[in-house]
Amino acid sequence: MAASALYKAPDVAGYGDVPYEEKARLFDLVKADLRYPDYLYGCYECGICVAVCPSARFYDFSPRRVAQAAAREDVELIYQQMQEDIWECSQCFSCLRCPRGNNPGGIITIMREVAVNNGLASAREALEGYSRIIYKIMSTGTQVSPDMLQPDAFPDWGPEVKDVSDNLDLWRRALPPETLHTTRTGWDVAPRTLVELYLIWFETGALDMIKGVDEGLHMILEEVMEERLEEEGVER
Amino acid sequence: MTIPVEVLLTKKKTFERDPERLPEDFHEEVDRLEEEGEWVVQRVAGPYVEVPTRYGRPKKVQMGHLWHHKSCGQCGHIPGYSTSIFWVMRKLGLDYHDPRDQTSCTAWNYYASATSNAAAQAAVALRNFAAAQETGYFPLVHCGTSYGHYKEVREELIRHPELRAQVRAILAKLGKQMVMPEEIVHYSEWFYAMRHEIAARQVRSFEGIAVTVHPACHYYKLVEGDAIYDPDVYGGQRTAIVTGVAQALGAEVRSYSTWFDCCGFGFRHILVQRDFTRSFATRRKIEVMKEEADPDVVLTHDTGCVTTLDKSQFAARAHERNVGVPVMSEAQFAALAMGAHPYKVCQLHWHSADYRPLLEKMGIDWEQAWAEFQQDIKRLENGDIRYLTWEDVDA
Repeated sequence: MAASALYKAPDVAGYGDVPYEEKARLFDLVKADLRYPDYLYGCYECGICVAVCPSARFYDFSPRRVAQAAAREDVELIYQQMQEDIWECSQCFSCLRCPRGNNPGGIITIMREVAVNNGLASAREALEGYSRIIYKIMSTGTQVSPDMLQPDAFPDWGPEVKDVSDNLDLWRRALPPETLHTTRTGWDVAPRTLVELYLIWFETGALDMIKGVDEGLHMILEEVMEERLEEEGVER
Repeated sequence: MTIPVEVLLTKKKTFERDPERLPEDFHEEVDRLEEEGEWVVQRVAGPYVEVPTRYGRPKKVQMGHLWHHKSCGQCGHIPGYSTSIFWVMRKLGLDYHDPRDQTSCTAWNYYASATSNAAAQAAVALRNFAAAQETGYFPLVHCGTSYGHYKEVREELIRHPELRAQVRAILAKLGKQMVMPEEIVHYSEWFYAMRHEIAARQVRSFEGIAVTVHPACHYYKLVEGDAIYDPDVYGGQRTAIVTGVAQALGAEVRSYSTWFDCCGFGFRHILVQRDFTRSFATRRKIEVMKEEADPDVVLTHDTGCVTTLDKSQFAARAHERNVGVPVMSEAQFAALAMGAHPYKVCQLHWHSADYRPLLEKMGIDWEQAWAEFQQDIKRLENGDIRYLTWEDVDA
């Protein structure tokens, strides 16, 4: 057991603690990702990544700490970061300025995926309020569509959002490119293309990733996709 | 000891490329994998412009016959962005294909919620590439994140045969082959490559228009090697796209100290933690630009950046922050230079920060333009026409 485990707090980032073995298992999953060796080369502790990191300016967050914890294989700290820090990263990849070629943002991408795949409490909490977006991207292939521009969803974006919402149908029809006339998807997507996308979600396990963080959403999406595949006569 | 800042800055005026430190050229790996039968490379075909990249290697940017890989966010809530790209191409007489068999890159979700994985992302990318190749049109990527992410995918596929095998099996089920374009090209690279042709068709003078540029992180930080850097723009120290276009159009590009900072988009933050996004966008970007450069307009070249920098200003006004500058893509800016209608083409009514003073400075009567747009809206309302057409916008 790591020495740091002897004097740690009884919970981790506000969530109940788990045995060291479970934390080690999660870290092993992170390390097993094929991208991991491309993202970590060891850390000088120079702090350049912190200096350019937007999240470090506003949160108790440090890409250097993430790279260090990974390099030192600090299982306890990695677990704590998976329950907290990783969701503060902006994924801008400014940290790629690292002189060692580390990619702390990329390590975080993998840590997030492991957190989602294993239904960690931080992942469930971070994705609360995100269901509609996941539904949209997985079911239509486009993440943002005009019917999402409802004033109640974006009150801080100013009155222009209400103007768009009020005039949506007319303003969409006033767009000359033919593909942009649809409000549900942002642009017109062929049925066959959706079928291909759904097969990708099924075949890569991406759809199943949602199960651990939002079971209801997973059920809905699975039903939508299976129905469409059946309609198109496509077998999985 | 005082840090000799001025001396350091003098030394850093021009980026000197060290030939000993050149990273590997991905083209060689892409070609090798084609030779080994791993994938088909869609070659640049027809007229192209060669542009310089970060380490001096030339990049081919095909001029016409392009497959437009649209952006979910641009089409969703900044539709004047993609409309302007199409409009400029039409004005230059270049043909293009606006496909219906395209999905988004899905990377906004990947970077926000992590409810995806490397195989899914690579399969989505290569499915789109295959769709482009089937038409014979060459892909042109509208979004900075799609562009950066596709380059990441290319790197991962080059390095990991097991990933290629997994993606190949999935694509086979879709009836598609593995396709990798010779170059992954962002629309702002096309604008940079075509800036002199665009400037040659300029009908509105932009003399006296002060511009600040926000370069999009995913354009030049993710897989940096094939982003455009020009020794004649910022001494090759910063990416040349957007700035090169604004300068070609006669605008005055002003620098500011936080140019390297991201916009604050954050992927998940813009959607579910916008306090961060708003604070970063206004305090680290807009306010710094206003204080140090006082621009008439902020130009950028990515879906998320236009959204963040534009939409974040409204709430900051309530806190009496020093904000209030219009934000648009250089595609819209270039279209305006070429005489595009501010509403029918550039669709500025979808933007939030007040763009009207800028239009006035450009010599555009926005009240008259709005009245013209409203006439078209009336025709749509009355059922005289179902949609506004390309012919209508230039009428």
